[in-house]
Amino acid sequence: MFGTSLLLALKEIRRHKMRSFLTTLGIIIGVASVVTMVSLGNGATQSVQEQVSSLGSNMLMVRPGQGYGRGGGSRPTLFDLDDVDAIRTQIAGIRVVAPQTSTSATAIFEAQNWSTTVSGTTNEYFQASNLELADGRLFSEAELTAGKSVCIIGDTVRTNLFRNTNALGKSLRLRDISCKIIGVLTKRGQGGFGPDADDQVVMPLKTAMRRLTGNQDVQSIQVAVDQQFDSGAIVNEISALLRERRHLRDGMEDDFSIFDSKQLSDTLSGTTRTLTMFLGAVAAVSLVVGGIGIMNIMLVSVTERTREIGIRLAIGAVRREVLMQFLIEAITLSSIGGLIGLVVSFVATTAIAFGVGLPFTFDFGVAALAFFFSALIGILFGYFPAKRAASLNPIEALRHE
Amino acid sequence: MTRLIEVRGLTKVFGTGPNAFKALCGVDFDVNAGDFVAVMGASGSGKSTMMNILGCLDVPTEGVYRFMGHAVERFTQDQRALLRRRYIGFVFQGFNLLARTSALENVELPLLYRGESRAARRKGAMAALERVGLTDWADHTPSELSGGQQQRVAIARALVTEPQVLLADEPTGNLDSERSIEIMELLTGLNRDGGISIVMVTHEPDMAAYARTIVRFKDGLVLAVEQREARVNVRN
Repeated sequence: MFGTSLLLALKEIRRHKMRSFLTTLGIIIGVASVVTMVSLGNGATQSVQEQVSSLGSNMLMVRPGQGYGRGGGSRPTLFDLDDVDAIRTQIAGIRVVAPQTSTSATAIFEAQNWSTTVSGTTNEYFQASNLELADGRLFSEAELTAGKSVCIIGDTVRTNLFRNTNALGKSLRLRDISCKIIGVLTKRGQGGFGPDADDQVVMPLKTAMRRLTGNQDVQSIQVAVDQQFDSGAIVNEISALLRERRHLRDGMEDDFSIFDSKQLSDTLSGTTRTLTMFLGAVAAVSLVVGGIGIMNIMLVSVTERTREIGIRLAIGAVRREVLMQFLIEAITLSSIGGLIGLVVSFVATTAIAFGVGLPFTFDFGVAALAFFFSALIGILFGYFPAKRAASLNPIEALRHE
Repeated sequence: MTRLIEVRGLTKVFGTGPNAFKALCGVDFDVNAGDFVAVMGASGSGKSTMMNILGCLDVPTEGVYRFMGHAVERFTQDQRALLRRRYIGFVFQGFNLLARTSALENVELPLLYRGESRAARRKGAMAALERVGLTDWADHTPSELSGGQQQRVAIARALVTEPQVLLADEPTGNLDSERSIEIMELLTGLNRDGGISIVMVTHEPDMAAYARTIVRFKDGLVLAVEQREARVNVRN
């Protein structure tokens, strides 16, 4: 009996190419749109998360003045190395503290020159910013204390000055000093916030102070917070400490600002979560719409086919055989449609992800879910109207117009 | 003579309550094996209802219907389907062929439900098409065939299972007179040479004239049964 129904189902699918195509199309669109949308959404979320994590988690940036915009009248007092030591020794729960002073300069190597940011700092800076060496080494203790003319360069600087040749051991000219390259940083790429970590030349703090800025000022302080401590509490402690050191009385505004990367990454994570939920909701709606499409085609085709059911019953088909035929037709069309939909979504996701530069992700869980949901709708709505038609007595089914 | 069909006190009521319509009011009716019966009557006389019950497409409200000794009125829907599949060929006024399906495949269909092999289906269907003179049209779909040809395909489909009885509900109702005569001659030949019993509903006396027994229906009752001489194959 199963063989008979299978044969009949396949014959009917081939005989009614247009109807089969339309049914399949409904399922293809339903499955393809959902899977593509969710996969792209996941890709976008993943991309944002990568950017957030490349920041270096739990990093505080202490700067003089309020934000970037409000310059106002007097220039705010900068920090000095005593402030850095005070933070390092008096605040609990911090991993590293890195003072930084920076200026812009043109780096020259042979005939090449490149305008970039030159910053003086300590080895802690690399730790606090999650920067790694691609080649070479960090500053030695001697180089830091003596303020030797050595530097570590970012990937953008390396490419612009050295192309593909080895930069290690070569000397850069920065203003009037010659500076030996002892390390090259790994490319961090797009993403991250604040200055471009790839486009900089890093030298020991003392060297920068003595040879470039000519003063003892610390322009900013980076603090890496221990994962187990609450960065919000540490922000408050640092703030209290700095207010005291800068003799700010109660009621006076801070003349410095502390930027907390944790807050930013929390905000971004919240945003991406919302984005994912939104995409999920859109996907669910399109799945339902796709489902209704499938339902309509199935219902219409079964109504059209009530006479056919009548004929089959009249010439001696048993109800089970007719139902089995319709069920197999529905399963076959739904599965073929679902598979084509998956292939389409795979191709579309690859193309779009490549086109807009998102990381490629393909959510197999959602693919399976969409496939089974569409198949389920196809089968339910192929089966139940057929069941109703088959339960008519053959004469009524035949009279159906 | 073997009694093929035996009907006693058959009633059929459509609807319920005050709107109930009694289409058959206690019909007694027999068909012997090998007979050619024409059922006549005005529209609404219950002849089509009778036919549907004989064809196991519908069930009586009350009464006895024995087909080859089986008490059909007690059969389930599936049992009736199996009975139709094995012993009964049904020809409709409206042909009722599957659209977009070749004549051959339409005729093969009952054999498919019987579970015959591909080769046996092909052979049986071609033989049935040959009996109705349509071997050359086997690959054509109903829309490519004339009304008369469609009805012949339907007859071939009814014959392909070698049924005990061929039930025809106004088989010439949709055909012009020339096609009608062709169909009637085909049926007469099947009855006379093939030994197939035929029960045919018609309201045209010309068509009923081909039958050996004429049963007249009126208002849900059998009015008269006439036995006639077998008609010689004449075509003026």
